[in-house]
Amino acid sequence: MNVGLEHYLTVSAMLFCLGLLGVILRRNVLVIYMSLELMLNAANLALVAFSRFNENLTGQMMVFFIITVAAAEVAVGLALIVALYRKRQSAHVEDLTSLKL
Amino acid sequence: MALPDILFYLFAFLTLLFGALVVANPFSRNPVTSAMFLVLTICAMAGLFVLLNAFFLAAVQILVYAGAVMVLFLFVIMLLDLKEEQRRKINLFGIVTGTGAVLGLGFLLTRTIWGGDLNQAANPRVIGDTKALGLELFTKGQFLLPFEIVSVLLLVAMVGVILLSKKELK
Repeated sequence: MNVGLEHYLTVSAMLFCLGLLGVILRRNVLVIYMSLELMLNAANLALVAFSRFNENLTGQMMVFFIITVAAAEVAVGLALIVALYRKRQSAHVEDLTSLKL
Repeated sequence: MALPDILFYLFAFLTLLFGALVVANPFSRNPVTSAMFLVLTICAMAGLFVLLNAFFLAAVQILVYAGAVMVLFLFVIMLLDLKEEQRRKINLFGIVTGTGAVLGLGFLLTRTIWGGDLNQAANPRVIGDTKALGLELFTKGQFLLPFEIVSVLLLVAMVGVILLSKKELK
């Protein structure tokens, strides 16, 4: 069987699930953030695959913008993590409960 | 099996293997190890992009993600100087329900992908090289406004990061 859109989408779905699993199971803020990046990359892979197999470059343009926004998001998120660490001396999600009622 | 198909299975396997090692590494709980495996995941994914004829995005993926973003991650990890993560009480209920939910989602996604008609071209020949993407970005007109907005977004992010990194937040 030739490799088609389904195969790429399956890889993308599995990678997304792996990232989600990391966000749910891990307790280190930095590792959770890396898992988020993994999920974002899975979405990118799906978009590129759709773009290729529908013969339309719009999907690749979208990935281009997503990568730009992701870079900005990483910078802001990591600055937030550093600020939090400075206040709490911990990068463990169970120590960051000030929003808990 | 043709060479692109073999390469697809190789890169897909590597992507998923390294991705799993980012999330759960049996040998090390150090965030630096996770970051290094994330770099490998991204490189394997760039290989998949090349197989999809998205050459420009494959290069950008390596330059921006494996280069800039991961350097930022490693800087922060080393700046925080995390001590060896001590073992905490494992929340078994959370692990079981979380894994169950994720497996359910994965099952639903795969079923949807393989169950429906995806309307794909039999012999795709679109090529995402720099020239094609540049023409799409700058001559079609529909991406000019998003392009400008993204540039403003980068400026806002830069100002925000500087503000957040100041010694005392007002």
